[in-house]
Amino acid sequence: MAKIVIDGREVEARSDVNLLQACLEAGEDLPYFCWHPELGSVGACRQCAVKQYANADDTRGRIVMACMTPVTEGAIISVEDPEAKEFRGEVVEWLMTNHPHDCPVCEEGGECHLQDMTVMTGHRERRYRFDKRTHNNQELGPFVKHEMNRCIACYRCVRFYRDYAGGQDLGVFASHNNVYFGRHESGTLESPFSGNLIEVCPTGVFTDKPFSKMYSRKWDMRGAPSVCSNCATGCNTIINERAGKVRRTLNRYNDEVNRYFLCDRGRFGHGWVNAPTRLRSAGYVINGDMTPVPAQAALDHFGKIAASGKLVGIGSPRASLESNYALRKLVGAENFSTGMAEPQHSLVKLAVSLLAAGPARIATMHEMETADGALILGEDVSATSPRMSLALRQIKRTAFNKAADQARVPHWMDASVRTLGQDTISPLFVVSPTVTDLDGFAQDAIRAMPEDAARLGFAIAHRIDTSAPDVAGLTEAEAASASLIAEALLASEKPLLVSGLQYASAALLQATANIASALAAKGKTPLISFVLPEANSMGLALMDGLSLDTIAARSADATLIVLENDLSRRLDGAQFDALVESAANLVVLDHSVTPTAIRSQVTFPSAAYSETDGTLVSAEGRAQRFFQVVYPDAPLQAGWRWIADMAQAAGLSHVKPWGKLDDLIAEIATTMPVFARIPEAAPGSDYELEGTPLRSQTHRVSGRTAIRANISVRDIPPPSSPDTPLHSTMEGSYSTDMPGTLVPFYQVPGWNSEQSLNRFQQEIGGKMRGGDCGVRLVEGVANAAGSYAMDVPSAFAPRAGQFMLLPEARVFGTDEMSMMAQPIVERAAPAVVRIGGAVAKGAQVRLSLNGEVFTVDAVSDPSLPEGVATCPPHMVSRSWSAPGWVSLEITAPAERIGTESAV
Amino acid sequence: MSTAELTAQDAELPQDLVDTFIDMAAHEHHPRGAAIEALRLVQERFGWINDAHLAHTARILGMSQADLDGIATYFNLLFRKPVGKNVVMLCDSVSCYIMGAEQTRERLCKKLGVKMGETTPDGEFTVLPIVCLGHCDHAPAMLVGKDLFGPVRPEDIDGIIDDIRARKK
Amino acid sequence: MTGLNPEKQPLLALVDRETPLDPAGYDKKGGWRGLRRALGMSPAEIITEVTDSKLRGRGGAGFSTGMKWSFVPKESSKDRLKYIVANGDEMEPGTFKDRILVEGNPLQLIEGMIISAYAIQARHGIIFLRGEYHLGLERLQQAVIQAREAGFLGENILGSGFDFDLHVHPSAGRYICGEETALITALEGRRANPRAKPPFPQIGGLWGAPTVVNNIETFSNIPHILANGTEWYLGLSACVDGGTKLYGVSGRAKRPGVFELPLGTSLGVILNECAGGMQDGYKLRAFLPGGASTAFLGAEHADIIMDYPTPEKAGSRLGTGLAILLDDRTSPIGMIRNLEHFFAQESCGWCTPCRDGLPWVERLLIAIEEGRGTPEDIDRLHDAARLIGPMGRTFCAHAPGAIAPLASGLKMFAEDFQRMVSKPASGTAESGAAGQAA
Repeated sequence: MAKIVIDGREVEARSDVNLLQACLEAGEDLPYFCWHPELGSVGACRQCAVKQYANADDTRGRIVMACMTPVTEGAIISVEDPEAKEFRGEVVEWLMTNHPHDCPVCEEGGECHLQDMTVMTGHRERRYRFDKRTHNNQELGPFVKHEMNRCIACYRCVRFYRDYAGGQDLGVFASHNNVYFGRHESGTLESPFSGNLIEVCPTGVFTDKPFSKMYSRKWDMRGAPSVCSNCATGCNTIINERAGKVRRTLNRYNDEVNRYFLCDRGRFGHGWVNAPTRLRSAGYVINGDMTPVPAQAALDHFGKIAASGKLVGIGSPRASLESNYALRKLVGAENFSTGMAEPQHSLVKLAVSLLAAGPARIATMHEMETADGALILGEDVSATSPRMSLALRQIKRTAFNKAADQARVPHWMDASVRTLGQDTISPLFVVSPTVTDLDGFAQDAIRAMPEDAARLGFAIAHRIDTSAPDVAGLTEAEAASASLIAEALLASEKPLLVSGLQYASAALLQATANIASALAAKGKTPLISFVLPEANSMGLALMDGLSLDTIAARSADATLIVLENDLSRRLDGAQFDALVESAANLVVLDHSVTPTAIRSQVTFPSAAYSETDGTLVSAEGRAQRFFQVVYPDAPLQAGWRWIADMAQAAGLSHVKPWGKLDDLIAEIATTMPVFARIPEAAPGSDYELEGTPLRSQTHRVSGRTAIRANISVRDIPPPSSPDTPLHSTMEGSYSTDMPGTLVPFYQVPGWNSEQSLNRFQQEIGGKMRGGDCGVRLVEGVANAAGSYAMDVPSAFAPRAGQFMLLPEARVFGTDEMSMMAQPIVERAAPAVVRIGGAVAKGAQVRLSLNGEVFTVDAVSDPSLPEGVATCPPHMVSRSWSAPGWVSLEITAPAERIGTESAV
Repeated sequence: MSTAELTAQDAELPQDLVDTFIDMAAHEHHPRGAAIEALRLVQERFGWINDAHLAHTARILGMSQADLDGIATYFNLLFRKPVGKNVVMLCDSVSCYIMGAEQTRERLCKKLGVKMGETTPDGEFTVLPIVCLGHCDHAPAMLVGKDLFGPVRPEDIDGIIDDIRARKK
Repeated sequence: MTGLNPEKQPLLALVDRETPLDPAGYDKKGGWRGLRRALGMSPAEIITEVTDSKLRGRGGAGFSTGMKWSFVPKESSKDRLKYIVANGDEMEPGTFKDRILVEGNPLQLIEGMIISAYAIQARHGIIFLRGEYHLGLERLQQAVIQAREAGFLGENILGSGFDFDLHVHPSAGRYICGEETALITALEGRRANPRAKPPFPQIGGLWGAPTVVNNIETFSNIPHILANGTEWYLGLSACVDGGTKLYGVSGRAKRPGVFELPLGTSLGVILNECAGGMQDGYKLRAFLPGGASTAFLGAEHADIIMDYPTPEKAGSRLGTGLAILLDDRTSPIGMIRNLEHFFAQESCGWCTPCRDGLPWVERLLIAIEEGRGTPEDIDRLHDAARLIGPMGRTFCAHAPGAIAPLASGLKMFAEDFQRMVSKPASGTAESGAAGQAA
């Protein structure tokens, strides 16, 4: 820390930051554009000018750019200095010379950093009286709108898109005041992180296209803190609502998890909650047809069914811990399934047990960014956990800091560090059967089939600690790679190991765990992460339940209750039919119409994540709470409330209705030790700040009563829920000190954009002032003895006449719920089978998967070995997702012209 | 035939240029170091840089089209639109201004019947302004292709242009 | 051949713009002497000698060349990648000296670069030449090939064990490439925006490696310093800094051109004795002493000593040392408008005051020049000069350079400006209403 003086006020400032950060952390209103807390300083906009004095006797001082000037002990600066203020005002005036002043029709309006900074600098009068230059806009795909005339050339977009996220197809064109930010031609932005441009852009050049179709001003929407449910990463989000519809998803800062950025699946994958595919009423089958009935009628009907026999419950890794627990309680642990089929069920449990018993700490995404030796073993993280892959991309950038330290350049001087570090060898290694987006960030990207990747992992562990099992029969190249990677991990201060379930290989998980144990045996403190398939896979593994396969055998003649789970994605057609047909009754609770719901005899419409509250456990083992932003009309209610109602209807007295979510959470915490800490994930519904509950709308929300005054002037009472600590209106407290897990929107006086986040943090880029989000449930055992898995698989061997078909996970297309959101559907490329070896252009394959035959377009993928092919899971066969031997019949493209569908 | 017509049908770069670029890239610390020289060579061959050639060059250098086009559109001497056979660049900087370049420009535009930045309908001449040509002791200065002229007074324009036209025939 | 005395005008003495010397011819005329001596010295000794010779950069900034080299990490060329780069992006309006050196005696430049490379222990050299210098490019490329064939480039130069090679990089036209960090960025195949310092190029330049960038004229001095020694070199000068300088004038002089004269020669000598004075019928009104980015000096300074400190004391800079003359029949407002058009056009687009401030300045000047200006427009120009001019307000020195002639011109030609805005307005056709709320 250093003492600095700002306008005569002595403040403590961090000595490793720049004066802009120091000023903001000291509460100063110092405007800026090009600096971004995660992207660092480049000195382009010249907006953050302050006066700096050489010493106490210096009365003249000189103007410096705060973002480019390091904090030094005793520094004396002035923000209020008239010369500095005049310069800042003029910078805005310059920026506005070509800006169209179209705030009234601009979707950034009301949460625009440029508006805020313009007001802050006091620029009120337009003196520029000449023509403005104009640009043509581009069509950038289903996610992002482009309006270049609003651009103030801060260069943030390209710095995020290219430098930070590694995207290639956004650039800067032309020069002087004609600079243009866009693609080389109109077309869909390729980066799966393109949506962040919306938040990174300080004005309205890049705006949210799906939001635009149901646009509302920021101040007219309700906000609620939420957790993304589109993968297991657990990114924190804010969801916005107006008139009962979810309008958009924004990033919510969690310093250890997603920090400033989301992936596009998370940001644009929420549309299913508004879609016509939602279940909106209870019903049961009358005369062969599913018939909507009042909720009580459906419950009564259920009561009758349930009375007649055994109840079997199938939970879901996409449902909340609370609903799963309620179902498990209703049917009994011995009749409860995690909702996962084999091999996923066992693999998730294996992953969790390896994490819980191993010596490595589960890495937060923030920790991943600074790993100085990292191995990704047999997982295409960029497809299975896109946000994690963005964190992993930063490993290379972090490595640049060494070169910067040598040249005594501070890490926040982003462009300088990138210049100095450009020849730095990345400490990241990628081992994967297919090309991944992370290959370009790695020192080496090794192509290996899952078995061979696992063997390499075992070999690495052995080279680190010889008491780990060795691998016989490695090729020379494999042996060399194993030694190289082992040395790199051993040499690192913060070694990181990442694997996952994409290729459904226990050996991969075990090999990864072996490396962690070996590193620990050598005194290292390794970090580890396993990518899991779904938002609550970890929670379900911890909850304990039977696999779908096991429960299927026990559900004959039982009443099968399926909670928020589409079994047709997990069981192949025959298994699915057998299960449904053997059960006496199928009861489905879900928020959407799925192939499983269609087969049910009784249906209950459950509330979506945006309409209810609950807990998910991410792959990091972090229990996090999501809160409702929509107050749904009856009969929609949380799954666990339906279950309590069902118990009551069936006269099952062991399930007592829980009055509110907190009661249920308390019960879970006391009855299941593994969940003992989940109440800490977020404050309860009785939370009050300054004596009142929190509000979820801004003070400015317009016309709550006036909007329907032509119909009635009666003030309709605002909706409420006993489950959330957030009040549904603008009434209530709101402060920068509120818990990070309860922030419904970011706004402080003078800062209406997401940039106001700076005010909510203890220090910029640090923890939230009001405390952390979520609680970690799985921590590993620091001194776990080096116990090693010994089952080294044999090398992959091709089979004559057959293909090993591997699942090709995709950011867009292979996930369940996001594919019910229109923008994601538009973005998803058609399914295609990639085949190692030559394939004629325009060819197709006939393949048999899980007993069904499909015809799919085929392309040659030279990066795959002969006899290996890939297919996107769930996109061709609804249920297929695990590797297996298949026979492929490649059909010549004789009559097919122009159907090449390479992605 | 304008340069646009000359290159419209050529989607790919000719092999000798490809070989040259690969060689240039190999001699650079990083292939992208050859970007500007490669673009200059494309233009020297075809008169301008069309989208297909830009894309092909980008592929050879391991750059994205956006990245390379960001460079192509940054530099004054790289043309992303077709130009005439003869690019006439008239200095518009200060020494030439003092020595009457604006009068020379008027004469030049009148002679060719175009405005600055335009190409004559016969595709023979494109006239462009250029910054100081370092020929200030012979101001006003003018560059036609690789030939430097100066001082170019308004009355010299007819002779220069007519000469070039005659030379072509 | 120029017929100049190599003892007095070493830079131009061997310049032959018809047929430049080949390595053997250059040898016969006394070339390569500096290199031969240098290769027998230690790198540190060379740096000391160049520092002692008080050679200051000839590109405009005037930084001590020896000192610049001394910041480079000392590892040998075998142990660390380093670069030496010649800045031949001569695009400063009114400047035409480097062209003569590369067209007329490219080997002098090459010899200077080899010596400099040895001094900082760089293996790789690049000559960055502006793209419009077609003849210069041809001559340089030929000279590099000849020098390589003659053993002056490549491995084990003259048996010294020192390896060095260089290539010529023709630019594609961008004034900002003359700024050394922008030049380096261009060499990396990127948009040539300047870079922040630190790191200075001597520590982290081309591809992040230590890099020295010097002007072509600067490099051309090096062989003579090494061949003839510090004392001799200091003796060439008429001031405290060493060497001769390529001076010149453009505008309405009788014989505009480039002249090699002792550093510290007066403008009176340059203009009247070398360039023959003003053309008949034209009087000197003011001048920019060293290129477009230097401030106007009035005719009362016509005898100013053209060393580094004197023009600075008078409120301007030596710059490139090639003066642009404003005569009494040329509109100063037109001249400033022309200059600001250049600077606005050549702004790289990186930082706000330059990118958006300069085009506004240009438009104001056009309006005033065309009789559409208002007294407030002159206030706006003063605001721009005051707010953009001081160093540090913008990312690099481009905009302060642009403001130098504007700020000085506003003062010097205040009456001309006033006269233009007090005329009845002849047109008010601009779009956008002044005074509208922002």
